[in-house]
Amino acid sequence: MNRTPLYEVHKSLNAKFTEFGGWEMPLQYSSIVKEHLAVRESAGLFDLSHMGEIDVKGNGAKELVQKLTTNDVNRLSDGQVQYTLLCNENGGIVDDIVIYRHDGDDFTLVVNAANIEKDFTWIKKHNSLGADVIDDSENTTLIALQGPKSIDILNPFVSELDAADISFFRFVVDEVAGIPAAISRTGYTGEIGFELYVKADSAEDLWNVLYPAVIEAGGLPGGLGARDTLRLEAGLRLYGMDMDDDTTPFEAGLSRFVKLDQGDFIGRDALLVQKEKGDLNKKLVGFQMLDRAVARCGNDVFQNGDHIGKVTSGAPSPSLKCNIGFASISPIVGKSIAIEIRGKKHPATIVKVPFI
Amino acid sequence: MIPDNLRYMESHEWVKSEDDIATVGITDYAQSEIQDIVFVELPDVGTQLTHKAELGVIESVKAAFDLYAPVSGEVIEVNETLLDAPEQVNDSPYDDGWFLKIKMTDPSELDTLLDADGYQAHIEVEDA
Repeated sequence: MNRTPLYEVHKSLNAKFTEFGGWEMPLQYSSIVKEHLAVRESAGLFDLSHMGEIDVKGNGAKELVQKLTTNDVNRLSDGQVQYTLLCNENGGIVDDIVIYRHDGDDFTLVVNAANIEKDFTWIKKHNSLGADVIDDSENTTLIALQGPKSIDILNPFVSELDAADISFFRFVVDEVAGIPAAISRTGYTGEIGFELYVKADSAEDLWNVLYPAVIEAGGLPGGLGARDTLRLEAGLRLYGMDMDDDTTPFEAGLSRFVKLDQGDFIGRDALLVQKEKGDLNKKLVGFQMLDRAVARCGNDVFQNGDHIGKVTSGAPSPSLKCNIGFASISPIVGKSIAIEIRGKKHPATIVKVPFI
Repeated sequence: MIPDNLRYMESHEWVKSEDDIATVGITDYAQSEIQDIVFVELPDVGTQLTHKAELGVIESVKAAFDLYAPVSGEVIEVNETLLDAPEQVNDSPYDDGWFLKIKMTDPSELDTLLDADGYQAHIEVEDA
């Protein structure tokens, strides 16, 4: 199993580990609920070094990225970040990614840990114009600082710059405590926050600078457990659970990231047909349980006795103190559903996403 | 840490017996492994339980964990306070966090369970 450059740091903090996408990652340091609430109330520090970074640059880079992604890369300016999807010819989602546009037509694609090889192969396969495609994942560490206090925590370490001036989904290449870093106003928690990309050999230095400041501000280090409940409350989908190669962006409720008018891209024809047809066989919805039961991924969903789909993500919400989730279901009338948990049906209702 | 006066299952339930009444909970080790308990699903009073058969479920933020009956018998009382305060299992696993009381039909089943030393050895193996 892969380990991040911060593995020993997590061990010294008594982290409990879990396997995720081929990586041995911290699940929690103290308690998922405490770490979750720390991010909502002050700050959390996350090691996300398992994520992949694929550089696409040089001649043909922009054309390649445009051909591979559903959003419109022409709308990106230097220093801007865009959420987008890689789709296959059937319109199924290969991965959900964020694209960073550097000066000129150089891009970094940040991809899900479990999909690094798959995406790298997919990108190279379609690289007919000969752009430089480089998997830089091993050399890159990603540390996320998330929560309402993250600007105050970061500012003492960025000399020339006020972190508050970096707009949402923008990034600057600068230094944090003298460590060269890309400072990105992005995240997966629904809070104000930053994702900091540094060279892997600076990972421990950066962590050791930020960790005491986070603790001082009343924050905590956060594991994948809290990351999962935070993203779920914020209505953010997780690849491999809420979407996969057989789910289109429309079915995943991600149509605003599909720009059918941007020109041709892989999957466009299939998505156009699905859009014109109008009716989807399945659609991702948010739900809230109406009793104490906790729905989990894989639980069956019913309406009036008919099986209509499955839960894709489900967990107790530490902020809302109720049990929430995503389900992929066929079109239904009304909001009342039942979710079968350990052989018993429990009432739930479809609710608007984000949950918080 | 591990109370001497209780018997234990390898699946981390403890049982305290007084005459033919057995009180059941989970160990401190188990609650610290499970963490963040949000819901405990227990059988109704009157349910007949079978030694080592499934008894209920603990839900934490992260996952669900099955509970097993340490002895056979009828459920005569359930800790209703856990419905609104499941965190009692984390805070006080041997006292306020108890789950239920069973009127045992075969108290000799207790002899098949681990004593404190046996349980200590068992969790050392699990941790290794």
